[in-house]
Amino acid sequence: MSDPFETKPGYLYTKDHEWVRVVGDLVEVGITAYAVDQLGDITLVDLTVKPGDAVTEGKPFGTVESVKTLSDLYAPLSGTVERVNPDLETRAELVNEDCWGKGWMVAIRPTTPGDTAKLLDPSAYAALLASIA
Amino acid sequence: METHDAPLRRTPLYDEHRRLGARIVPFAGWEMPVQYRGLVEEHRAVRTAVGLFDVSHMGEMFLSGEYAGQVLDYLVTSDLSKVAVGQAKYTAACNAEGTILDDLIVYRVARDTWLVVCNAGNRDKIAAHLAHAAENHCTFEDRSDATALIALQGPRALELLARAGEQAARAAALPSFHFTEAVVADVPATVARTGYTGEDGVELFCKATDAVALWTRLLELGRDLGIEPVGLGARDTLRLEARLSLYGNDIDETTHPLEAGLGWIVNLDKRDFVGKAALVAAKERGLARKLVGFEMTGRGIARHGYPIVAADGAPIGVCTSGGPSPTLGKSIGLGYVPAASSAIGTEILVDCRGKAVSAVIVKTPFYKRPTP
Repeated sequence: MSDPFETKPGYLYTKDHEWVRVVGDLVEVGITAYAVDQLGDITLVDLTVKPGDAVTEGKPFGTVESVKTLSDLYAPLSGTVERVNPDLETRAELVNEDCWGKGWMVAIRPTTPGDTAKLLDPSAYAALLASIA
Repeated sequence: METHDAPLRRTPLYDEHRRLGARIVPFAGWEMPVQYRGLVEEHRAVRTAVGLFDVSHMGEMFLSGEYAGQVLDYLVTSDLSKVAVGQAKYTAACNAEGTILDDLIVYRVARDTWLVVCNAGNRDKIAAHLAHAAENHCTFEDRSDATALIALQGPRALELLARAGEQAARAAALPSFHFTEAVVADVPATVARTGYTGEDGVELFCKATDAVALWTRLLELGRDLGIEPVGLGARDTLRLEARLSLYGNDIDETTHPLEAGLGWIVNLDKRDFVGKAALVAAKERGLARKLVGFEMTGRGIARHGYPIVAADGAPIGVCTSGGPSPTLGKSIGLGYVPAASSAIGTEILVDCRGKAVSAVIVKTPFYKRPTP
């Protein structure tokens, strides 16, 4: 099993254990190794948004379910959904296998690009994990 | 789910769970391991090899004396006069309304001595219930704190037990729902051919002070068989696949055993017992609702408490247990539906947080172990 306290340089984080990666004008969103570890074996990713939909910071854009439990996915910032990960529809386990890469969930075009400054950097997120460990 | 004012309690195996890297969660007032290496891995170990469970949070209570059998018989839905010494019986204790106080396994330890094993969350309630009934008739003793309970379950459980000494090997040959005293890995234990997983196996009662020795020895003896310690997470998915009721989810004080599909543990022809009149009346009226098993056919996972709805969205029942089945690779659940819509093959909808997801009523158990 991967290290649940792993943080990746170049990624930004929310206190809800989602990650954000800036790719050009867009931000990709996924969940962190800690979130994956808390959930266990993920069996269903249900994204309630599609390309073109607006998302609002702090509001749910879907759910992720494991054998054990269900957890909401919260938009890390406001914007418009550009893409959703089509592979998760049939292969939710990608989130377990590669939460930082193939398990990405949505790509959002932020309404205010500067909003990413509100997110946690890797050291701040590592400190958050250390405080709850 | 529940709130408990009292501090959480720990079983004698708490430090072992920590050592094994378990994730510990509060459950029914106890700090219990929910998983060690991973729920699905643990689940598979029990279906294909062998798993070890700490269920010491459950209650062990004794009734003894000339009238102990009659007292207990009056409290449960089964006919205990048919239970021989060395036999165990799955049964239920109801209240006067015929709804379920707890589901129990009762063990006839001697002619006039009975062991009652109850759910952790119901210990205080059942202790009070038994103590009250025993008053002036027989002796009641709650030995829960002094007793540990370890379950060894899976297709290789008996093979492992047979390695734990001569007496243990003899105990491994017991028929289902029988029990005996036996020394297991140098620990004096009661070995019962019971379980809560749908697999073959045993449950081992021992002194709380011997629990660590028995637990660690069984893990050692089973290493080459692929033994895994198994947490409450997999215990729940295993029992759901086998359609074994979970008290507090599928059955409680608002449900009676007949509608819960537990008619097979209710004997309405026996002597009077608490709840009998209500159950006779319920049977005569006919069941309004039934607990059924269903498989999700749409994309969604049913969970405890989700409404079961008609095509127009009107609630017609409730999901009492649900989740993905690691063995079947699909999502399954149990729920109460109107008797008129309870036939196998009936299509239903489960309201998964605002989304109506289709499901179909199927035969249970969802999983039945292959006969050897």
